[in-house]
Amino acid sequence: MNDIPLTHILFVSTALFFIGMYGLFTRRNMITMLMSVELILNSVNINFVAFNKYLFPDKLEGVFFSIFVVTIAAAEAAVAIAIIINLYRSHNSIDVEDAGEMKY
Amino acid sequence: MTASQIIFYILSAFILGSGILAVTTRKIFRSAIWLLFSLIGIAGLYFWLQVEFIAAIQIVVYVGGIVVLIIFSIFLTQKSGSEMPKASATRKGFAVAAVLIGFALVWQLISHHSFKQTSTTTLDVDVANIGSQLLSTTDHGYILPFEVVSILLLAAMIGCIVIAMKKTEAV
Repeated sequence: MNDIPLTHILFVSTALFFIGMYGLFTRRNMITMLMSVELILNSVNINFVAFNKYLFPDKLEGVFFSIFVVTIAAAEAAVAIAIIINLYRSHNSIDVEDAGEMKY
Repeated sequence: MTASQIIFYILSAFILGSGILAVTTRKIFRSAIWLLFSLIGIAGLYFWLQVEFIAAIQIVVYVGGIVVLIIFSIFLTQKSGSEMPKASATRKGFAVAAVLIGFALVWQLISHHSFKQTSTTTLDVDVANIGSQLLSTTDHGYILPFEVVSILLLAAMIGCIVIAMKKTEAV
């Protein structure tokens, strides 16, 4: 695997991060926005593991960080989906434009 | 090109292609399935990097947990066959511009930075190593974040139950 330079892996993770950003900008449905956030978190995880593997192979810090990121992502997704389902009960829609009462 | 290079490029193309489809397709259920493929591709990338433990976590937590949760919530809240409304052209244009500019900036930084390897040993991601370091109280132990994250999971669990509970209205 050492015949692939680190920058190529960073290219993949950067591209995935900005794909997630594009989804976050254009989508207005809360579930699809949550999916974009998951893509972004995954791209960060790839970075952690790749840096750990290529630059600091005597330590395990990147692996631990990605484990914690996965844990927090799971907690975040569970809470977000609970909020989304609760919002659907009260508004009958999960579009962010329909949930603007707390904005002002 | 060696076999490992070819595998890496195929995996990357798979991840990015299904990622793009996940954020652009207008049927929400298909979007969830493309996300699933993208996450599986990322797990494959971890296998390719030979960090099998993270790959296993990726499959168990993301593919087995989060995507299934997302699909359930789609079934609970959406008509999954119908198409989502199109984003307006100006919003799409600005989003593409912002994303391209941001990508160009970050790529500029990455391609001009020389990454220096600090040691030549190979990474030892034995599960026993990970476990003992995660629970050790010495200098490089991770016992404190481990406990904090378990409190966070407990808090998230209780929070979900409280949010999703039906209110018994005293009317």
